[in-house]
Amino acid sequence: MTGTRLDPWVDAYASRAHAMRASEIRALFAVASRPEVVSLAGGMPFVQALPVEMLASTAQRLLYERGDVALQYGSGQGDVTLREQILQVIAEVGVTAHPDDIVVTTGSQMALDLVTRVFCDPGDVVLVESPSYVGALGVFRSYECNVVHVAMDEEGLVPSALEEAIARVRSAGQRIKLIYTIPSFHNPAGVTQGPARRAEVLAIAQREGIALLEDDPYGLLGFEGEPPRAIRADDADGVIYLGSFSKTIAAGLRVGWAVAPHGVREKLVLAAEAAVLCPSNYAQLTVSEYLATQPWREQIKTFQEVYRERRDALLESLQALMPEGTTWTIPAGGFYSWLTLPHGLDATAMLPRAVANLVAYVPGTGFYVDGQGRQNLRLSYCYPEPDRIREGVRRLAAVIESELELAQTFGTTHGLNPVSGTSVPAPNLQ
Amino acid sequence: MHVLVLAGGLSAERDVSLRSGRRVAEALRTDRPDWEVREHDVDAGLLARLRDHRPDCIVPLLHGAAGEDGALRDVLESLRIPFLGSPAAASRLAFDKPVAKRLAEQAGINTPPCVAMPQSTFRELGASAVLDAVVDQVGLPLVVKPTKGGSSLGTSIVHRSADLPAAMVGAFAYGDVVMLERYIAGVEVAVSVFERDADLLALSAVEIVPPGELYDYSARYTAGTTEFFCPARLADESARGAQAVALDVHALLGLVDFSRTDLIVDAEGRPWFLEVNVAPGMTETSLFPQALAEADLALGDLVAGLIEVAVNR
Repeated sequence: MTGTRLDPWVDAYASRAHAMRASEIRALFAVASRPEVVSLAGGMPFVQALPVEMLASTAQRLLYERGDVALQYGSGQGDVTLREQILQVIAEVGVTAHPDDIVVTTGSQMALDLVTRVFCDPGDVVLVESPSYVGALGVFRSYECNVVHVAMDEEGLVPSALEEAIARVRSAGQRIKLIYTIPSFHNPAGVTQGPARRAEVLAIAQREGIALLEDDPYGLLGFEGEPPRAIRADDADGVIYLGSFSKTIAAGLRVGWAVAPHGVREKLVLAAEAAVLCPSNYAQLTVSEYLATQPWREQIKTFQEVYRERRDALLESLQALMPEGTTWTIPAGGFYSWLTLPHGLDATAMLPRAVANLVAYVPGTGFYVDGQGRQNLRLSYCYPEPDRIREGVRRLAAVIESELELAQTFGTTHGLNPVSGTSVPAPNLQ
Repeated sequence: MHVLVLAGGLSAERDVSLRSGRRVAEALRTDRPDWEVREHDVDAGLLARLRDHRPDCIVPLLHGAAGEDGALRDVLESLRIPFLGSPAAASRLAFDKPVAKRLAEQAGINTPPCVAMPQSTFRELGASAVLDAVVDQVGLPLVVKPTKGGSSLGTSIVHRSADLPAAMVGAFAYGDVVMLERYIAGVEVAVSVFERDADLLALSAVEIVPPGELYDYSARYTAGTTEFFCPARLADESARGAQAVALDVHALLGLVDFSRTDLIVDAEGRPWFLEVNVAPGMTETSLFPQALAEADLALGDLVAGLIEVAVNR
């Protein structure tokens, strides 16, 4: 006698779908969307800083004057005018290219998908930072890649660890297809590779003959000095560079791009056509019109100021309120800080208590494929106003205090880390 | 008829509640196309909404605290707005699992022995000594869970004393008081009951066969994960016994309109009462709708009928 599983297709799904399950964490994020909750979880850009009236008039003009193009299918590679304009944007991080080198995508997330689709067979190894962007891990897993984490330190990917990982994986007879890195204002770690570190990482990739996938959505959102020079600026043949307008204009438009060597680019275009035929013409032309008519560099400066103020609010609050034994990274740009809880605390187990106390974060385990990160959490400062950030940190500190007391009561912690005190806390990225 | 379905809220079961609410609202719209059926979250705008557009009846489908602990129902009672389901006081009894179990036990209903304590007790008396005493009393394996809440959030089955501390920390993440209950091996079933024409009727027991030991959140809400048998594969006498417990608990606690009781039927065919829910899940994978379907009853028709009674209470 068999019962019912309430899904007649349960035996028809691909094996990769078996891991797609309801989870308590996702259920808690449903609560985090309520306004009572200070969400330090999602990496939502503060689009309220955009000149909305101007965008509205741009959209209206676009429909009236170029509606026949905006509402029509377009090229699989993307609008040529926009690709020319993207050259100006990537020039800010030192990248020079030809419009033909660019493939416009539905957010850089789609570019990640296309690159993985083109490069990876099931079981192929992708080397990623430890921790790494949850959205990239999802893509790599969906193509059944074998994801291997490589250690980071305060300056990002550790070259010696990268070399060791390559040797270890190859000695096990496995093929490495990509090294995936977010060198600037890392998501979730909040750290940035300096020029020397970038050169070392690139040299390893070149020497070992492995394509470097450089994901750079935050590169223009630094808080000090010039934007970091992209790794792609020093190697047009070995680096695939991903960029996005999600953080510099608007995430809702879903416009990103890949800059790729010609052979890769040809395959990306074919893969894009198979996936979506073409990226949204309407969204591309909106971005193009914005870039052509608006002071977009000034708008990026506005975003930098907004996010710098919020970063400062977060760091000051953390310094003032966090219990001893808590450490965090100090981002010089982007959206995130990576926090390490006192020894013995588990950020995933603590999340229900945090949400009940009206503050949310992303537990660190989401940024690993192998269960690491239990002691870590990602804090996003991009969306809440500074006062809300301070309130969120106050709530989080109280939750951590409670969790410490609970852990001490039940003996699930055995002494705390060395006291961080008032000095600059050290990151824990292992 | 103007019906307002309340779903969402701030509990960890918000997402489940929203799905339950949407499903019931759709069923009502299908069954009573002339009714005005709206959905609303429980938030700061709710009372103004009730004042400006007073419904004829409210269907509270909030799961977890506020929805099931009687708090929201207290508010609705004070506003004198008819609502579907159990009154505040009865909901409060049902929502507190040890209280419901104690009342059931006093009425002669089998329920696994349990001990419930706040965190402060463990802190003041020493967790290790308290847990040792509890294990002596309740025995292993045992089930650790928050005394309030649903969807098995914070619940774990513990086989070894060494695993108790982590289970306690996991349960306290979801509630201030945690219970340790003797684990009863057997068939896990749920019996839904409803009132019709002054009668209290029990639907067939639904048997739950999760992929692992625990019918946890993922097993509950990922379609295709858990296998269900309705009616449950029980001997007739055991099935009737499980239904009798559900009917008795519903009446004993003063519940109204409908409820769902969760039980274990052991190897001897004896039913053990675990808990009763005043706002049972109504999602695509929930147990109450499965039992209704087995009885050829339509969810919309059942709820509409209960609403028609509720507005005249």
